Amino acid sequence: MSAPFRTDAGGQIDRRKSLTFTFDGRTFQGVEGDTLASALLANGVHLMGRSFKYHRPRGVLGAGSEEPNALVSVRRDKARVTPNLRATQVELYDGLVAQSQNRWPSLNFDMGAVTSLLSPFIPAGFYYKTFMWPRKAWDHLYEPAIRAAAGLGDAPTEADPDRYLNRFAHCEVLVIGAGPAGLAAALAASKSGQRVMLVDEQAQFGGSLLAVTDALIDGKPAQVWLDETLATLAANPKVTMICRANAFGYFAHNMIGITERLSEHQAHPDAGAPRERLWQVRAREVVLATGAIERPLVFPDNDRPGVLLADAARIYLNRYGVKPGKRVVVATGHDEAYRAALDMHRAGVEIAAIVDARPYPRGPLVEAAKAAGLTVREGYAITGTIGELRVNGAYIAPIIAAGQVGQTETLSCDGVLMSGGFTPSVHLFSQSRGKVVWDETLETYLPGQSAEAERSAGACRGRFGLAQALADGFAAGADAARHPVTHSFAVEAVEGDPKGVVGALPHNRGQGAKAFIDWQNDVTTKDLKLAVREGFQSIEHIKRYTTTGMATDQGKTSNLNALGVISDALHRPIPQIGLTTFRMPYTPVTFGVLAGMARGDLFDPIRTTPIHDWAVEQGAVFEDVSLWKRARFFPQGREDMEAAVRRECLSVRKDCGIFDASTLGKIEVVGPDAAEFMNRMYINAWTKLGVGKCRYGILCREDGFVTDDGVVGRIAHDRFHVTTTTGGAARVLGMMEDYLQTEWPELNVWLTSTTEQWAVIALQGPKARTILEGLVEGIDLSPEALSHMSLTEGKICGVPTRLFRVSFSGELGFEINVPAEHGRKVWEAIWAAGQPHGLTPYGTETMHVLRAEKGFIIIGQETDGTATPDDVGLTWAVGKAKPDYVGKRSLARPAMADPARKQLVGLLTQDPAVVLDEGAQIIVTRGQKPPMKLMGHVTSSYHSAVMGRSIALAMVSGGRARRGETLHVPMPEGDIAVTVTSPVFYDPEGARVNG
Amino acid sequence: MQKFSAFELFKQGLNGQAGWKPQWRSPEPKAAYDAVIIGGGGHGLGAAYYLAKQHGMRNIAVLEKGWLGGGNTGRNTTIIRSNYLFDESAGLYDHSVKLWEGLSQELNYNVMFSQRGVMMLAHTVHDVQVFKRHVHANRANGVDNEWLSPEEAKAYCPPLNISDNMRYPVLGAALQRRGGTARHDAVAWGYARAADDLGVDIIENCEVTGIRRNAAGAVEAVETTKGLIRTPKIGVSAAGHTSVVLGMAGVRLPLESYPLQALVSEPIKPVFPCVVMSNTIHAYISQSDKGELVIGAGTDIYTSYTQRGGLHISQHTLEAICELFPAFRRMRMLRNWGGIVDVTPDRSPIVAKTPVPGLYVNCGWGTGGFKATPGAAHTLAWTIAKDEPHPINAPFTIERFRDGHLIDEAAAAAVAH
Ligand SMILES: Cc1cc2nc3c(=O)[nH]c(=O)nc-3n(C[C@H](O)[C@H](O)[C@H](O)COP(=O)(O)OP(=O)(O)OC[C@H]3O[C@@H](n4cnc5c(N)ncnc54)[C@H](O)[C@@H]3O)c2cc1C
Repeated sequence: MSAPFRTDAGGQIDRRKSLTFTFDGRTFQGVEGDTLASALLANGVHLMGRSFKYHRPRGVLGAGSEEPNALVSVRRDKARVTPNLRATQVELYDGLVAQSQNRWPSLNFDMGAVTSLLSPFIPAGFYYKTFMWPRKAWDHLYEPAIRAAAGLGDAPTEADPDRYLNRFAHCEVLVIGAGPAGLAAALAASKSGQRVMLVDEQAQFGGSLLAVTDALIDGKPAQVWLDETLATLAANPKVTMICRANAFGYFAHNMIGITERLSEHQAHPDAGAPRERLWQVRAREVVLATGAIERPLVFPDNDRPGVLLADAARIYLNRYGVKPGKRVVVATGHDEAYRAALDMHRAGVEIAAIVDARPYPRGPLVEAAKAAGLTVREGYAITGTIGELRVNGAYIAPIIAAGQVGQTETLSCDGVLMSGGFTPSVHLFSQSRGKVVWDETLETYLPGQSAEAERSAGACRGRFGLAQALADGFAAGADAARHPVTHSFAVEAVEGDPKGVVGALPHNRGQGAKAFIDWQNDVTTKDLKLAVREGFQSIEHIKRYTTTGMATDQGKTSNLNALGVISDALHRPIPQIGLTTFRMPYTPVTFGVLAGMARGDLFDPIRTTPIHDWAVEQGAVFEDVSLWKRARFFPQGREDMEAAVRRECLSVRKDCGIFDASTLGKIEVVGPDAAEFMNRMYINAWTKLGVGKCRYGILCREDGFVTDDGVVGRIAHDRFHVTTTTGGAARVLGMMEDYLQTEWPELNVWLTSTTEQWAVIALQGPKARTILEGLVEGIDLSPEALSHMSLTEGKICGVPTRLFRVSFSGELGFEINVPAEHGRKVWEAIWAAGQPHGLTPYGTETMHVLRAEKGFIIIGQETDGTATPDDVGLTWAVGKAKPDYVGKRSLARPAMADPARKQLVGLLTQDPAVVLDEGAQIIVTRGQKPPMKLMGHVTSSYHSAVMGRSIALAMVSGGRARRGETLHVPMPEGDIAVTVTSPVFYDPEGARVNG
Repeated sequence: MQKFSAFELFKQGLNGQAGWKPQWRSPEPKAAYDAVIIGGGGHGLGAAYYLAKQHGMRNIAVLEKGWLGGGNTGRNTTIIRSNYLFDESAGLYDHSVKLWEGLSQELNYNVMFSQRGVMMLAHTVHDVQVFKRHVHANRANGVDNEWLSPEEAKAYCPPLNISDNMRYPVLGAALQRRGGTARHDAVAWGYARAADDLGVDIIENCEVTGIRRNAAGAVEAVETTKGLIRTPKIGVSAAGHTSVVLGMAGVRLPLESYPLQALVSEPIKPVFPCVVMSNTIHAYISQSDKGELVIGAGTDIYTSYTQRGGLHISQHTLEAICELFPAFRRMRMLRNWGGIVDVTPDRSPIVAKTPVPGLYVNCGWGTGGFKATPGAAHTLAWTIAKDEPHPINAPFTIERFRDGHLIDEAAAAAVAH
């Protein structure tokens, strides 16, 4: 054993298992059961960090998640670097590599500490008052400098290779916190036979019991009772116990978010072992047994390394077998510090004095200390410390009147243990929207009226002391389980007065003295007083102005002391100042565990069509369209997209193309009122559409703007086969259901999504019929039997099909719907049959060009949520005789008839080789300077192979009346002249659909 | 007004910073004012400032039910940009950006306006089309916005993942270099201090509970938790609670209120030089001066007045952030909170007169009104003082929802913030 401050025996550590670790490159030895903080303390290292603003040297202050100072980066490998971890929560493992932060060049010698010298001139909020001149200097000088000084650790630079899990759970009783109150609650609740969950943020269950050395519970030493209780709970199959579990958030309806650390504490986690797990637990009842956090004393230079919380020091001693120093001053306003002093004394740490700010401390712990011969200075304040990188002395002085001290004495020491009392952890209670109330006797906020099915037990509601906590916890557990069990614990323990001190101690150290309230953010009493002087009265303002309570510990040790100081400054009692809202998370939560498995391909589901693999085999290039992967083009050889699209387009126009349209949304609208429903939803008229006929349907939102379109076929009198855009399928179904269920519940209609039930193969081109003829059974493909915009049912390649004769290319076209599982087979059969006829596969890009040549719109490209049916030239589709349809009322608004509305037109560049930029703007007179008078924009623009030139569609103000006009497209390189035309460029008579 | 400067700080430093005076008074309300602003957020305080400064109305008050800036002003993620699509929006937002550029000096309060650039990522062919349309429209409107290739985007923001192994790879980005962030609290405090200096009464903890109208229907007083206050003019800047306040005067607006969440990481040394927004995969991020990564996304899906949302929203947000910046996966969330945002059907604001004489409203900024604080405040003040809108806010009427002259930014781009 090389660690000089390690005790010889006792505690929860295994001295036989030695672990080697490094801190800032120096190698140390710790033992199994250590945290990084306890292991460093065992080696006599107190200096573990630097503060945020003044870069003051800082030692560890606490022993748990409240720690503000000892923040380190832990590095496992190049990609596994985690900044800002509390050394008090980092479990030691062999080979651990830790680094201090926010210092340069080293922790011992930090250049950043010059800010400390400037401190008189950079009080709270100084940055609001300066750095304004010259104006530009903010961007290039001041802000970069502020930023470089701020921040704590360095962000990881490589992608995190670790995995994170997610799990949902339900239980009748969830107990948060496994100290005496939580254990007793779980014990009581578990007797009901219901599902109980017990979670605790520490690596071991037991909470404060882990450091108890002298108490008896039901006649057994506390440690024995703890072991037995844990064994009882573990043996109960209905009880789930999770340690290393941070219950970070209390959400509506008793949903608790918990993160569990799974492998971070292991020296060599299995390859691929998950790092953390997110639990989302829905509990019928919650018992909060989250304990209390020790409050520091506020006095000048209370932040030197070697100054730590008294109870934390006791935990280091009793649980980790580590002494905080050789000779310590115990400064207190609370009885518990006497327990710490007694334990230290017994372990051989010299107690320079117990300095108690209370005038007449009394009670068993005080008496015990005196009986042990410890010096107690009653009515004395600690007024300062001496030392640089480690405390080496303390000033003390008698308190002679309110806020005044007498003659100063100096005590030499290498540690100061302080305690102002304990602040109940009401964080989760407050997050649940319960109201906290001020308790005059205990001088602290306690849980009041609950907002959820929840109760607090033990120290977190001011029931301090082992006996009280056990009794309170047991009753709470029984209550939560609604199970009438009782147990009265026989507890033998020395207990003190729960009351402590709040706010700053008096001192005589002058104006320059810094008494810290918020260690990490370097907020001092002076800062709070300055904020008050500057007129900030609301606690929220003071918090924001001074940043008190806003560090990574979220004010766990500082909130109440801040309130005390503000209360003094404002001459108003604390309850009139209020309390800032507690926000989730209780302690910080890894991004990765919230993101879980969602990365790469699992980020969003990938939807593929039955023909997808075929397209992959053909070397297609894909694009993402909502969740779908769609083949964009099928390059041959070294073709780029432009060349491929040119070839694909020409093939369709000359011979035939085959296109996978399976991603189109499909909704089966069925029922006696199906036609009426369609009449009300779509702008078109449906009543007279014959069975076996199709119609191009247009759907508006309530505001009258086009939101979706698609071909609708009438399969039977009471059955429509509705298609939607690829991206719109879910939205349209949702909209239909919304109207059906809330507006027109009287309609007898069922809606079924059939998108994934059908594979859809589009065959477009003059040779389409010839290719198809040999493959169908019982279907007459002749123009007389199956005219354009009609459909039929029958078989193709032996499988049932709904065969539509429709065209989105302007060519003779069919869309063959077959059950998805037969999609690829049918596709391949058509493909084979098409080979002699020059059949070519094409992708979405060619589909876009072909439809643009015909002036067909794409939702989301020609329309952008601001286009009415008339704007995009679809007035002909409106069922004029219908009494109503979605959007009709909005379309009657005056602005909808404004002749200056943007309307769909075609544009031809004067130079046929120039392809306009999609999204480019349109102006009337050339040569304008910004701001220009914008008349519209280019919505689609391509090179059209069949036209031998560029074409474009555009939305132009009053566009239809402008046919033949020359307009201009302003580009950075100069204006491009364009002529307004009809949007139909190719085959304006529409002869080609007839084949 | 006690001047803020480096010299003054130094001088006060020699004296223990003891000589600073309150930044604004805390007066009790008077019985009557020439105008009253309801809502002590940036917009309301700014409106009071411009009323006093530019329209000479000094006998006015701002009534705030809680603490100044405690609404969305103090809860927002402070993204500032003006690369909106439509001319009307570009006009309003760019008016704001221009005011931002001189705001610290104007108010003698460092609002830390940081023009770090706002980059919006495109992940689909459709995104590319939409953003290019923005770039073209903005250029023609004199608003800076440029198109970047994925490589250029990465050069501008080194932590960005532009690899193909993303579910939705980055296909490019639109960058507005003049965009950026500012310090939200400082905006509220700066306007408050400057307005107070011009004589404006800023009254905290004063909730308006009723609006009284005279026989002619015009406003004549507000009922508050601090008593009745007479006034012929009321400007409402109550963000998520606008419907409630206007309801007191019998005016119904097409607004829906939703919770919007945001979160920050623990502070780290500077790693993130700009603001990045991705609408398609739903998240945005920047780094504060303090070092925290400031992260947000879209609203919760249900209307509500509770200032908290569901955990699943944070999860989706962080999924997106970790996908875009896989190195941040080990970073940790420090704080998460919510605010209530007021959303209009066309996702553009209302800054206008109401059907009630003497009642003016500024609302509907939804998830993106912080950036408009100076512009909204400035045009609202004008509208109140002159009883008619400034040309810049003239299109942002209530009537547009009836007559159809919508300014539909959401439909055009579906980009918020
Ligand atoms: C999480 C989040 C992130 C955001 N991110 C951005 C962003 O990045 N960029 C951006 O531009 N915008 C953003 N926004 C939106 C932006 O915050 C708001 O649009 C803007 O701050 C509104 O300012 P305001 O002054 O009108 O509102 P607020 O600051 O909300 O002020 C309204 C005030 O009215 C008070 N009030 C209400 N009712 C009464 C009453 N009856 N009597 C008296 N007072 C009353 C409220 O208490 C409140 O203080 C975000 C919003 C949220 C919630």
